[in-house]
Amino acid sequence: MTSTPLWAQLINLLAALLLLLAFAMLAQRRVLTLIDLFAAQGLALACSTGIVAYATGQPHLYWSAGLTLVLKVVLLPWILHRLIRKLDVRWDVEGLINIPMTMLIGIVLVVFSFNLAFPIAQLASTVTRATIGIAMASVMLSFLMMITRRKAIPQVIGFLSMENGLFFAATSATYGMPMVVELGIALDVLVAMLILGVFFFQIREQFDSLDLKHLEKLKEGE
Amino acid sequence: MTLTGFFLQLLQLSIALLLAPVLVGWVNMCRAWLQNKSAPSLLLPYRMIRKLFHKDAVVAKNASPIFRLTPYVVFGAMALAAAIVPSLATDLPFARAADAIALVGVFALARVFIALAAMDIGTAFGSLGARREMFVGFLAEPALLMVLFTASLISGSTSLPTIVETLAHREIAIYPSLAFAGVAFTIVSLAENARIPVDNPSTHLELTMIHEAMILEYSARHLALIEWASALKLFNYSCIGLALFVPFGIAERGADWQAIVAATPVLVAKLAAGGFALAVIETLSAKMRIFRAPEFLGTAFLLAVLGMLVNQLLGG
Repeated sequence: MTSTPLWAQLINLLAALLLLLAFAMLAQRRVLTLIDLFAAQGLALACSTGIVAYATGQPHLYWSAGLTLVLKVVLLPWILHRLIRKLDVRWDVEGLINIPMTMLIGIVLVVFSFNLAFPIAQLASTVTRATIGIAMASVMLSFLMMITRRKAIPQVIGFLSMENGLFFAATSATYGMPMVVELGIALDVLVAMLILGVFFFQIREQFDSLDLKHLEKLKEGE
Repeated sequence: MTLTGFFLQLLQLSIALLLAPVLVGWVNMCRAWLQNKSAPSLLLPYRMIRKLFHKDAVVAKNASPIFRLTPYVVFGAMALAAAIVPSLATDLPFARAADAIALVGVFALARVFIALAAMDIGTAFGSLGARREMFVGFLAEPALLMVLFTASLISGSTSLPTIVETLAHREIAIYPSLAFAGVAFTIVSLAENARIPVDNPSTHLELTMIHEAMILEYSARHLALIEWASALKLFNYSCIGLALFVPFGIAERGADWQAIVAATPVLVAKLAAGGFALAVIETLSAKMRIFRAPEFLGTAFLLAVLGMLVNQLLGG
């Protein structure tokens, strides 16, 4: 605790911030604010990647930080905003079931993933290994968000923020993946977003709503 | 307890008793400034208390002894808490008498008595206010305990003086857990002191009131004691917050009366900054519906628990 370098403290701070934003997204009713929160999470991720790049002197991490910044703070939120404008769901408010209950489940998930990550973190040799638990917790929280939401766009944002958690685990705990893998994942996320955007329009065309409970009616023979 | 210790404790307590109404006056003053009104005098709460002490008390016919006893119990509990909280010095006789958990118990005692007294007369407003107060209280207390536990985990003790001494002397570092706990503590103190997002301290005429609804039946010296006790409660919460999160400038072990006098301007400056922040929060936020309070206080609990977990994982 006494000899932790400043950059590791900053990473820890950003990790805590990431976790906090995951909880904020879990509790947020409005779609537009949800996108802003997602962009903020991307920004925290880009900052932490940049700090790891500076501290370890790995030039390719700068690229990956830049990529995160462009993709997750600018491009994806822009696409989402445009989608929302086109679909005309700007003021969509979701009737969430019992936010305090969801929060308590979230806390249980965080405890679970901290316990799960603890033995793994002991094996790692990096200074910031403790953040594996936080990364895993934010992945779990994004899962929870995808489960509790019924509308299509929040579910997609949950999916994207899950990718944030994975990426954070990769950069902070192991100082980055090979460049090819990172580029591949970035491209995957972008393409997934575009395809899901098309899906939104198809779903709305069919059901006049983005509520996914209508999809249950798709069974044959009815 | 030595004679010097007793004297120092008395000095600290009287400074606390004197400062508390000024703090309330200062918050009201800042709020008036921020809302573009001409501000009331800083000493208005004093005049209010003096005026109330000079009046004749009226007590309802069907009031039980609890109703008469409550102002003294509440004031006594808050004065005791003011003696326990390390606001000016850490090494005072009373500070060692109770730890953080017992302190929460002292606050709970005052709450129970004021709620009982509110229900005692049997007016609709009284029981409504009492029910709401207990509702807010049972949500705020666990969050407050969690905040105190986070600080205890860092310093390894639940005794407030030890926490302050440890936190004041640690190496300068970023503690995400303390940041979480700080935000959680702010939310809890807003709720506990009947401040704006949860309750409105400046109204008697709303169906939404909580604290004011409970003390509607009190008059004269009883009301004066209750008002003074609420001012002390705000002072105590501010001092706990300052002790946990800005623990600098507090006189430490082996302090004499000069050190306590020297610590007073620092405390006044910190309280002034804190009071201004409180006024800003109150001006910027709107009162929320009472049934939104669980979400608000649930957030505080969540933040405090997260602070504890993050502290466990990241080691501080």
